[in-house]
Amino acid sequence: MIRAEGVGLRYGGAEEGAEGQAPEVLRDISFSVPGGGYRWLLGPSGAGKSSLLRLLHVAVRPTRGRLNLMGVEIGAARRHDLPALRRRIGMVFQDFRLLSHLTVFDNVALPLRLADRPEPQLRADVTEMLRWVGLSKVSAMRPSLLSGGEQQRAAIARAVIVRPLLLLADEPTGNLDDVQAERLMVLLHEMNRLGTTVIVATHNQGLVDRHPGPALVLERGRMVGDG
Amino acid sequence: MARVRTPRLDALGLRHVPGERILPLIVAAMAFLAALALAGAQGAADLGRHWQQGAAATLTIQVPRPGAPAPAAEPAGSASPGAEGAAAVTRRDRVLALLREAEGIATVRPLGDAELSDLLRPWLGASAEQLALPLPAVIAVTTAGEGPDLAALAARLDAAAPGTLTESHGQWVRRLALLAGSLRACALAALALVTGVAAAVIVVATRAALASRREVVETLHGLGASDGYVAGRFAGRASQAAALGGVAGLLAALPVVVVLATLAAPFVSAVPVDTGMPTAGDLLHTLLRLPPALLWSLPALPLSAAAIGYVAAQGAVRAWLRHLP
Repeated sequence: MIRAEGVGLRYGGAEEGAEGQAPEVLRDISFSVPGGGYRWLLGPSGAGKSSLLRLLHVAVRPTRGRLNLMGVEIGAARRHDLPALRRRIGMVFQDFRLLSHLTVFDNVALPLRLADRPEPQLRADVTEMLRWVGLSKVSAMRPSLLSGGEQQRAAIARAVIVRPLLLLADEPTGNLDDVQAERLMVLLHEMNRLGTTVIVATHNQGLVDRHPGPALVLERGRMVGDG
Repeated sequence: MARVRTPRLDALGLRHVPGERILPLIVAAMAFLAALALAGAQGAADLGRHWQQGAAATLTIQVPRPGAPAPAAEPAGSASPGAEGAAAVTRRDRVLALLREAEGIATVRPLGDAELSDLLRPWLGASAEQLALPLPAVIAVTTAGEGPDLAALAARLDAAAPGTLTESHGQWVRRLALLAGSLRACALAALALVTGVAAAVIVVATRAALASRREVVETLHGLGASDGYVAGRFAGRASQAAALGGVAGLLAALPVVVVLATLAAPFVSAVPVDTGMPTAGDLLHTLLRLPPALLWSLPALPLSAAAIGYVAAQGAVRAWLRHLP
């Protein structure tokens, strides 16, 4: 599913050794996660967790090393092959990134529309998903009118509506109270049980303690723990 | 059975882009100028063609000392009177007779004294006819078919009345052709310039829209939207705005084009036309009788604007998206 070998990331895309280049935010990252695996992604703020998630979401390409996602070599892949790959990856952002001009329903339906899912089937799936995350009553509302927890659930619904093979979450419980955080963890474990590979970045050690599992540990851009 | 509503989702929120309503106005101004340029190119072509045809089909003959006796005619093979009668034939009449006998001549018309005075008045003033100037006879000739052999005709006329000038207007024809061609080239250059400016405006507007929707575009990109999807949404909006502006510009330009075409009609018509101020009937008549090339190209303006908008926006968005992986 995921195999990284000596991956480095430098924003700005400067080649290694070039003068005036920005420092590497990720260095010599090597790890692998099998299909259906679950990993915590741990580390202090600034360790590179979000950058690694961006790499795994194909929002950036590695500036060195090899990264293979679902059989696709990211560094060498043709650009027009990447949208289809991204549609198989769900991403829950810390700041939700819901589109403010769309309703909750249209936000959640967006990945299906990008995948050209027929409208009747799409409406049934989105309606069911909104019911599952408890947002049926607010489906016609704009995200700005929702509470932080409701926005988080809408973002999660948008990430999982396509039944992704890989689900990435960046501090997904950061804006949730304990009850909602526990519900979210149940949802993520349920997705994982159904076969989705899940990687959750957090610095909430309590959450990890309550849901123990294998972890990738980053520190100053380097992988210092895997397992 | 209830119908399933399948709205065209404005996923990028382009309806909320600031300045969205400015683009049709700018394109309308461009379309207005483009319509005038098209009409100008067509008008220059028509005027040039008409002037060239008119000038090419006429000759002007100047006979100095027209009242003087013509020299004796050649003794053999000549249709001229004999030596005794020659003294009674003036140089003007000899030239007229030769012109009327020549092949390729349709009409021969000597200008009267009043017409000569009219020609001289701009240079010599109102007293032109009172001056005791030795004026030549001026003969206006229209040619038929391919016209006469000008060199042979000029030689014969010069032999019959030495000093006679035959002006074929060839130089004027060449200059008129050059002038008409230059006017047309200027109009087409203006059209190309307007097209380029319109494309540049659409590119700038699209980049501004991209800047204001950057986060939305990046979010959609992360959700798996292809370049074609994103560029298509921007290009669709730009195309609509440009088409709307094109229609508005065309509607604004049409009355101006019709008035100009009506004013130009007397100068391109093959038959004499009343050169007074045009009436409403004249304008309607002109609208219905605009040159076919113009009739086809004017309605194509909104379509061209839409196509330019689509292509320019596609190019701008796709170039911008290259910054994303």
